[in-house]
Amino acid sequence: MRNVALGHSPNQKDFDMTKTIPRIALFLAFAAAILVITTRPSSADEPPAAAPPAAAAPAAAAPAAAAPAAPAAAAPTTAELAARLADVEAYVNNSEPKGAYDAKGGTKGVSGPGHNAWMMTSSALVLFMTLPGLALFYGGLVRRKNVLSVMAQCLGCAGLVTFLWWLVGYSFVFGKGGALGGLLGSTQFAFLKGVDAAPNGDYAYWVSQNVFSMYQLMFAIITPALIVGAIAERMKYSAIMAFILLWMFIVYFPLAHMVWGVDGMMNGVWNAGAKIHAIDFAGGTVVHMSSGWSALILCLILGKRKGFGQRAFLPHSLVLTMVGTGMLWVGWYGFNAGSAVAADGVAANAFMTTTIATAIACCVWPLLEWITRGKPTILGFCSGAVAGLVVITPATGFVNATGAVIIGVLAGAVPFFACTKLKSMFQYDDALDTFGVHAVGGTMGALVTGFLATADVNANLKTNLSGLVGHGLWLEQLKAIGVTLALAIGGTVVIAMIVKATIGLRPTVENEETGLDETDHGESGYHYDEAAG
Amino acid sequence: MKKIEAIIKPFKLEEVKDRLRQVGVSGMTVYEVKGFGRTGGKTEVYRGSAYVVDFVPKVRLEVVVPDSMAADVVAAISAAAKTGKIGDGKIFVTPIEEAVRIRTGERNEDAV
Repeated sequence: MRNVALGHSPNQKDFDMTKTIPRIALFLAFAAAILVITTRPSSADEPPAAAPPAAAAPAAAAPAAAAPAAPAAAAPTTAELAARLADVEAYVNNSEPKGAYDAKGGTKGVSGPGHNAWMMTSSALVLFMTLPGLALFYGGLVRRKNVLSVMAQCLGCAGLVTFLWWLVGYSFVFGKGGALGGLLGSTQFAFLKGVDAAPNGDYAYWVSQNVFSMYQLMFAIITPALIVGAIAERMKYSAIMAFILLWMFIVYFPLAHMVWGVDGMMNGVWNAGAKIHAIDFAGGTVVHMSSGWSALILCLILGKRKGFGQRAFLPHSLVLTMVGTGMLWVGWYGFNAGSAVAADGVAANAFMTTTIATAIACCVWPLLEWITRGKPTILGFCSGAVAGLVVITPATGFVNATGAVIIGVLAGAVPFFACTKLKSMFQYDDALDTFGVHAVGGTMGALVTGFLATADVNANLKTNLSGLVGHGLWLEQLKAIGVTLALAIGGTVVIAMIVKATIGLRPTVENEETGLDETDHGESGYHYDEAAG
Repeated sequence: MKKIEAIIKPFKLEEVKDRLRQVGVSGMTVYEVKGFGRTGGKTEVYRGSAYVVDFVPKVRLEVVVPDSMAADVVAAISAAAKTGKIGDGKIFVTPIEEAVRIRTGERNEDAV
């Protein structure tokens, strides 16, 4: 294609057999090594690991078998019936089943079909946010020559992060009793060992742990994909993927464990021994602050796009951006309401607050444009909706409808000024406003959650936080914001410097001007004519 | 007056434009074009299918200047568009008989 004709790209047809064969051999050896590691019988230090998979299958089959068998057996005693009814009530109330009659077909170790169905749906919705929601949202905002590069980056995140999640990512986030205390999980679930259809009571009584792990994986995929927005159109694909690989280990896995791990140091809701009693319902700190602040630092280290300040970098298709925005909004119900990890009343509240805050922010942003610049823009509606979704995220399961309205107004106004005034004041090239929306919105969301959270809509706030909610919770939120900032900024500086020193961050000027679609991927998003054959 | 047409690599357009401004060129017309020169076609492979690429995307820019500026303009384009690799493009200079500015009716050098 274009670069070949310009005379500096190898011809793909004449590949070198002497190099290809050792590469294939190396790949096969690596694949074999992984197979040996994962299929080997469980080692001595983790004897119970092999037991749950074997035990779970019959347990899951038991309730179905129990129903027709019941009349033939001796009539159950009242106590027995009461205990079994209590377990069914536990399912309805999303509380812990006692499993007193497990041997006769109780519910311990069994997932609840309703909760499981909602979480599988939510998982798919959150993946839908990245593929294709975010890919279209960002894809429309870049120039025509870079649309595929953004899509490749989103797809690359989905592939790479899923592999890391299986390897050790899930375990580093949700494993218990890690060597680093509340900072990082353990390796107990490495290779998703023991992660099967049985629920893990530390996180959900009625949701299969394999569903839970896939649900959380979707968050791990979209977070690095958000960073892409600040550095769009000017970073080599290889450098982005190398950056994300390191970023997951240094920033995401530790931070997600601190906030959501059952023994995480910032898990105020569930960890009574947490050092910082902060709350974050669906990822204001873990997802939006971490990606937004890392994006700003990476964008500063990377430098501006060539021609920044002289040429207009106009979105090549706001139609795609609008379609992506709609998908993000829809997918976000899985993100926010799904973060209840059950189809319960907390999820119902999150569903409502997500809708209200987003709709209001979606009006406030273009309204401010209308007042200050004379016209409400489509990009303004889209940015407002996404900002509303971002800011309600940490608060969604903790605030009521009034709180959601306040958050919606703030979400439409504060990121608006960050994207229009702050950016032009400091002249950083946050190409698609990842910092303005996700870092500014996420940080504000984390803070206002501290003021607006109420135990009236979420009884879990009474478990470990009854003294803080409505009083000093915002101070704990500030501490969590500080830790998140330190980790995201410090981690990104180190990782960006490593990548810069080894493979380099930027494409050549020629490649940047030609467009990354052609130079990194050898394809074009659009062919208006077939003259080239 | 001379018309100077240059066929250049697309990514060099901004540099050429800036350089032309410096030598006093006040306007230009730009086309996205495709073509090939001495190097001819290249074989490419996409998804296992081979095909020949004859036409390479280029930018063609056109300026009309007084005779006195022509040499400077050609030198400026040559310097700014050069990478030293194949496919840097070509410059053509042709005489112009007449020029008219439509709005005012000005003629020739006043009109360019």
